[in-house]
Parts: sequence; C-alpha cells; structure tokens
Amino acid sequence: MEKIGNQTIKFNSPPTILNTASIVGPKESQGPLSKYFDKCLEDEFWGEETWEKAESKIIKETVNTVISKSGIPTNDIDYCFAGDLLNQCISSSFGLRELNIPFLGLFGACSTFVEGMIMASIFAESNAGNNCLCAASSHFCSAEKQFRFPLELGNQRPPTSQWTVTGAGAAIISKTGVGPFITHATVGKIVDMGIKDSNNMGAAMAPAALDTLITHFKDTGRNPSYYDAIITGDLGHIGKEILIELAQTKGYNIKSNYNDCGVLIFDKNSQDTHSGGSGCACCGSVFSGYLFNQLKDKKLKKILLIATGALTNATTAQQGESIPGIAHAVSIEI
Amino acid sequence: MQDFIQNIDYMQLLYCFITGGIICVIGQILIDKTKLTPARILVIFVTVGAILGGLGIYQYLVKFAGYGATVPLTGFGYNLAKGAKEAVDQYGFVGAFIGGTKAAAGGIAAAVFFGYIASLISKPKMKKQ
Amino acid sequence: MDPLETQSQYQNYVNKKSPNSPIFKNCFNAFWVGGLICSIGQIIGEVCKYNGLDIQLSGTIVSIILIGLSAFLTALNIFNKIGKFAGAGSLVPITGFANSIVSPAMEYKSEGYVMGVGAKMFTVAGPVLVFGISSSILVGIIYFILT
Repeated sequence: MEKIGNQTIKFNSPPTILNTASIVGPKESQGPLSKYFDKCLEDEFWGEETWEKAESKIIKETVNTVISKSGIPTNDIDYCFAGDLLNQCISSSFGLRELNIPFLGLFGACSTFVEGMIMASIFAESNAGNNCLCAASSHFCSAEKQFRFPLELGNQRPPTSQWTVTGAGAAIISKTGVGPFITHATVGKIVDMGIKDSNNMGAAMAPAALDTLITHFKDTGRNPSYYDAIITGDLGHIGKEILIELAQTKGYNIKSNYNDCGVLIFDKNSQDTHSGGSGCACCGSVFSGYLFNQLKDKKLKKILLIATGALTNATTAQQGESIPGIAHAVSIEI
Repeated sequence: MQDFIQNIDYMQLLYCFITGGIICVIGQILIDKTKLTPARILVIFVTVGAILGGLGIYQYLVKFAGYGATVPLTGFGYNLAKGAKEAVDQYGFVGAFIGGTKAAAGGIAAAVFFGYIASLISKPKMKKQ
Repeated sequence: MDPLETQSQYQNYVNKKSPNSPIFKNCFNAFWVGGLICSIGQIIGEVCKYNGLDIQLSGTIVSIILIGLSAFLTALNIFNKIGKFAGAGSLVPITGFANSIVSPAMEYKSEGYVMGVGAKMFTVAGPVLVFGISSSILVGIIYFILT
C-alpha cells in the first residue's frame, strides 16, 4: 500500500471483494434492477413498529446475508465498518449490536458505502485483519421524517428532488482471494459550491464528484477510457448531466461510459422518482446487487465507483447554510 | 330538500369557486417560483389575511365570495383579526387578547382533537408515488 | 466559460440545468381543487343558513367539518395523494392547516403520546398559530388605539 499523487492510495497486493449482499424496499423492487438484489421487501415496516427499527433490521439482515453467502464464520471477520443517515448513525449501531464483530461506525452521508470499502481495504491490506465487512443503509420513510416532512403531509416534490432508496448494501473485503480486486482508492475533499437547495442534492454534490474524478485520473495517470464504467453514487439525473458537462470543460470526456446509481435504480418515467435515487443504500445496493454481479460475470472488468455525499442536516438547512459535498472513489478490477 | 336546492344562490357558489381557486393559484405560484416550504406558505396566508382583515379590506371579498374567501387560510387570518376588533369593541383593550383566539377556537380545537384521534387510529404509510 | 469559477456562477449554471415545476398544470389543478373545497364549504354553509343558524356559527361549523374531513382523509393515507396532485389547492384552504397538524401527530406517534404526538403536532402548523394569533392581537391593539 502506498500513496500516489495527492489523494490516492495504491494497493500493492490488492484486497478482494469476497462477496456482497443487498436488501431493498418495495419501490426499488419494482425498478429495473430488481432481479439483482438478494431480497426485495414487500412493505417498508418489515414487521417492525417504527421506520428506525425497520432500517436497523434491513442492515442487520443484509450483513447476516453477506456473512452466510461468503461462507466465512462470523468469528473470522475482524472488523465491521458501517454507517447510515439517521442521527448518530443509529440504524447501523442498533442493527449490528448483536453481531459480535469489532465495530467502527462511519458517517459520510450517502458516500458511506465507499468510505467503508476504503477503510476495509486499508485494514485488510495492512495486516490489521484478514476479513473486513462494510455496510450502509438508508430508508425513505426515516429519512423523510428526519430531513423533510411527515409522510402524510400533502406537499409536492419539486422536479429536482431525489428519492431516498430504502435498503442496504454490504460487502466483505478480504486480504486474499480471486477478485474482484480493489486496486486504488481516492479519498475526496469536502467541496462546497454554495448550493442551498436541499431539494437539489445532485447539483450540490456534482462539484465534489468532479474534484475526486479528476484527482483520481491525475494521481493514477489514467483516463476515462481506462474504465469500462464510471459510476457515481447518487447524483441523479440532474447531477449526472452536470458532472458530464463539468468534466467536459476540464477536458475529460466521460459521456460514453459514465452512469449513476440513482439513475440506474429507478425507472424515471414509470416510478415518478423525479431526479432519481439517493441515500447510502443507493450506491450500496446498486453496487452490491447489480455492479458486483456484472464484475463476477466479467461483463465489466474495470470500474471506478465514486460514492457522493451531502454533508448536511436539518438544522444547518434551516439556518441557511449551504450544502458541502464529498465524494470517495475506489477502482475495482478483475 | 327541493326547497333547499331552490334556495341555493348559484351565482354566489360560482363566485366562491372562482375566488377560492384564485387564492389557491396564488399559493401555487409562490410554491413553484420561490421554493417556500408549506409552513411558510401557510404563515404568509394567515398573516396577510389578518392584515387585510385589520385594514377592513378583506370583508368586501367575504361579501363577494362567501366561503370562497373564508375557507382559505387568509380567511382564518381575517377571522382572527375580525374577532380581535369585535372583542375590543366589547371589552376594551383586553379584548385584543381575547377576540382572535375566541373567533378561531372551533377550528383550532377541532384540528388538535382530530389530530390526536387520527394518531390513535392510524399509522403513516409509504407514499406509493 | 467555467461554471465552477465562483459560487454565483455555479448557482446560475445549476438554475439553468434544473427543470422547473410544471407551473401551468400545477396552477390548473390548484385552481379547481381549491375552488371545489371552498364550494363544499359554501354548500355546508347554505345548509346551516337554511336551518336558521347565524353566519358566525355557520362559519365555525364549516371549518370544523372541513377540518374533520381533512383529518379523516389524512388518517386514511389519502390526503397526501390529493396534496401531491393539487398542491396549494389543498394546502391553502383550512384542509391544509388540518393536514399539517394531523400528519406530524401520526408520524411522531412512535415517540409516544406526550412528547411524540402532543409535542410534535405543531411542528408544521405551530407557526401558523403563532403568527396568526400575534397579528390578530396587534390588529386589536392598533384598533383600540385608533378608536
């Protein structure tokens, strides 16, 4: 493991993504990627009393699923990195409290999943442990309750708004294995271009994604065509378009191989999700479900996964603060 | 029943429909053009209604449109202001503190009571769209 | 031109890239739903008048019935669908006020009946009461001074 360029870690003996798991809610199950998820829920409560309990159960079951799919005994998992959007990350800490794996909670807003992958890769390659688990969850209803309005309030969502994905993604990253390998990680900087509209998160996060994207290319000496696919976390339709144009002005053409998890997970026309999906589970479930499957099937051989996050909360939004964005990238190759 | 139907003032009903509709369209334009949250829209309407009621302007709209002017929240504000003025006539200075809430008491109490009942019998559900 | 040069340049660029709300469609829906809700109020008012009630009492009864209907539809998980369709058409009439009290009451039920339902009931509608009642008191005081 060594640092190259300004912000990139190069893994000299790249850790392997051993296996992944994903669970999603009913709306995501009606989307175009439904067949790739391990479990599709029929209702958002999943038999629980509150949205918060439901989200905890989703991340707990996702983690249990990835452990059983990987075939590793729970005792052999050395660390768990997890996070979510609810205050003080209670979904992960409550959901995983009976797991009995050393736990490190993360908050990177919607970028948490890739933040976890980076941490897990570093721990795995540095001999701190052999198998590290990372997970992230979000829930439409708990997020609406915390960040926006009660569900039953009769308000309209503007066309720039995004739909928080209900679900979770989890992955086990191991020191040795047959791939897909995490070869590079670019840790992003906080970028704030002054956007204050919390109904336009894609636009608020796109500059951070651009910064990480360009830094990654400069640090590694690669260019967009090196990758079969460049995938961002939850910029949505508007953020995706903005990122393509911004990259163009900086001299990088990503139009042909770039997409966004928030665009992929829902069908914009039939599901009325406006600018697309968002939330920790957006990147988490699309990678753990769809993208990992494509890597395993060798339909994609080299991908750059850039999870984006909006580092804001309901209080700062009311105080008129702008929305700082963050983006972390991992390069995954087979 | 037939007697009642014959007694309805249909012109008044039409004015009511149009005025109520226009007040809502003003709210819609505010929502779409200014990105104001629902709470702010409601506050603006209630305050504007109270001011227009205090100035004695809103009563003409009420005379013209009936419930088309009193059902929107501007009418709620108008009702508060009208109540305050009437209570000042009756009780003097202290009436300013009594009249408004008294005039709106039925609506406020109903909203609180029904809100509590609704929370007892029902649970929020995911929006399907 | 580089849209990332300054924050205001980026804001302008984002405004250009972001689609606007379909304002004509929204206004049309707000108009007829809002008008319809007021007309229902008018008809209830006519019934009250026909039964010999005075205008003040009729007005209160109309408010209570519309608030009750709105609370009922909110509890049945229907009001938010009407609100999504009609926007200000269901928000601006007294039905919107009722919905903004009932919806947090339902949402925060999970935090208990005192600090959940009781305290959070006014998260959206509280400001309406604060500003409405305060301005009515100001109107009363000014009216007292002038007369």
